[in-house]
Amino acid sequence: MQPVIQTSQLRKTYQLAEPVHALRSVDITIQPGEFVSIMGASGSGKSTLMNIIGCLDRPTSGNYKLDGIEVSGMGRDQRADIRNQKIGFVFQGFNLLARTSALANVELPLVYHRGKAFRNSAQRAKKCLERVGLGNRMDHHPSQLSGGQQQRVAIARALVNEPTLILADEPTGNLDTRTSLDIMGLFQELNEEGATILIVTHEPEIATYTKRCIEMRDGLVVADNQVEKQRNARTDLANFTTVTGI
Amino acid sequence: MKLWKLLEAARQSLLKNKTRSALTMFGIIIGVAAVIVMMAMGTGAQKNIEERISSMGTNLLMIRNGTNSRGGVSRGAGSSRSLTMEDADAIRREANLVVAVSPTVSVSGQVIGGGKNWYTQAQGVHMDYLYNRSWDLTEGSMFTDAELRARAKVAVLGSTVAENLFPDQSPIGQSIRIRNVPFKVIGTLEKKGQSSFGRDQDDLILIPVTTALFRLVGDRQWVSDIYASARTIEDTEAATEQITEILRRNHKLIDGQEDDFNIRTQTELTEMFTSTTAALTQLLMWIAFVSLIVGGVGVMNIMLVSVTERTREIGVRVSVGARGSDILYQFLIEAIALSFTGGVAGVLLSWGVAHFMETQQGMTMIIETWVVAAALGVSVSIGLIFGLFPAYKAAQLDPIDALRHE
Repeated sequence: MQPVIQTSQLRKTYQLAEPVHALRSVDITIQPGEFVSIMGASGSGKSTLMNIIGCLDRPTSGNYKLDGIEVSGMGRDQRADIRNQKIGFVFQGFNLLARTSALANVELPLVYHRGKAFRNSAQRAKKCLERVGLGNRMDHHPSQLSGGQQQRVAIARALVNEPTLILADEPTGNLDTRTSLDIMGLFQELNEEGATILIVTHEPEIATYTKRCIEMRDGLVVADNQVEKQRNARTDLANFTTVTGI
Repeated sequence: MKLWKLLEAARQSLLKNKTRSALTMFGIIIGVAAVIVMMAMGTGAQKNIEERISSMGTNLLMIRNGTNSRGGVSRGAGSSRSLTMEDADAIRREANLVVAVSPTVSVSGQVIGGGKNWYTQAQGVHMDYLYNRSWDLTEGSMFTDAELRARAKVAVLGSTVAENLFPDQSPIGQSIRIRNVPFKVIGTLEKKGQSSFGRDQDDLILIPVTTALFRLVGDRQWVSDIYASARTIEDTEAATEQITEILRRNHKLIDGQEDDFNIRTQTELTEMFTSTTAALTQLLMWIAFVSLIVGGVGVMNIMLVSVTERTREIGVRVSVGARGSDILYQFLIEAIALSFTGGVAGVLLSWGVAHFMETQQGMTMIIETWVVAAALGVSVSIGLIFGLFPAYKAAQLDPIDALRHE
């Protein structure tokens, strides 16, 4: 099987007053079905790495193959199409369209889909919302939903195009502990169903729910280990509820 | 992204900010309404003028005496005495594109009748004059050829004269005195109203031209005008040429010598009046156009604000796979929808205004379909032109910055 992500000597240099080396030489390979967290303090280069992996940005040099396709040299429109077909984004701030129904939000990537793969996009969006447990909230606008529910809508949106990779940038950053566990539980479920998930976070806690943890510092990968004792978010959530009584 | 999706997105986005959208449209609404109302006024005025001028007569050719100059001093239009009864006869005989010829001579003076008196103008005319001026009688009859030859003292009264001399009775058969010459009233003319020059066309008496020349003027041949009608409106120019040729020959003018008469056609009159209204309409059109431009700048302004406000939305759309062109079209369609809706509202407003002016101000307003279509077309173009820059700006946003935008 070919890796979902394969980077070699990925570099990113920002030409400011003096050159800033955000990424120095990053080699990462992620196989299908993996559940990976990228850890690092701010300034470690993890956001830059995520932007490049998400095809929002291009590396200064080095190679990046996404699902076997060399994307490092692609132009804007090509990268837009790659994002549309291969990647599902989940953001810290949910980034849902305001005053737009949950269903329409989930449908959004299909609106920009070029090709005929998805004919009944509303039907697909509905299924994805049901998958994240919001089958009864389809007509609600983001302002009518709780933080956790909004993030679920965002996850449904990330699922709707059947991506090769789900890319989550601090997905629990705006959520309380309980809801964070809930969302991590959902990610674990999706991973068990076969989804390849990459989570960028600065919370070591969150990383313990993934299977593999890549640590970055100063634009370099400093550690890349399998998580020894992967925790189960569902169990933790059950315990959390009993302990705190919330 | 499909067109109906874009339209739906535009509709939703405009409805989200109803007040703002309405205010932005205001400039376009006023501009479009102004353009249409101006055009409706211009067209209405034009039609009025055409009607008034055609009320002067059918395919009318007015032949007048030319300029007389003696010793290098020009004495003004109609000052020369060149047209004669013989000229009129010659035109009648020879110009086959001319259907009615009426030599005319005017005599002003006090008219006495029915125990009253009235200062008016007696016009010596040929019977054809009624055809020339497309005039009908309300009562009685016009004088006959025999009466014309006999220099009969018969008169046909214009309605103003009839009303003033004989307010309570039919003037037919009554006797009047023009410059102390007794005439018998044999008919009355239908009311024609004011001429385009503002003169009361009904304040006159028609008498046979022969009678006028021999019994009132005392001059046997010189006439002041000759009225003629071209066979059809298309023949006007050719008929003018025929008459010119005949008159030049009769007047023994050699080549290179100027005409001692001039011929005016209705087309010329129409053009004269239309050019005045056209100039006015054009000025007002420019003002309306400027207000449309101002409306367009309003659209651009709001679209720029909208792009800034929705930077994050743009970021989200781009991150899930929208291309630059998708974003460009989205904002462009929104700007066009905004100005087009304004255009439609402007059309409705202009209808209301035109209706008001017609019923309350008594103006003739004619809204032509092509003007409405053009106004809508212009409003779409304004959306396109002024929406392009904001849309381009939106399309160029960097997704990473856009997503980070607060």
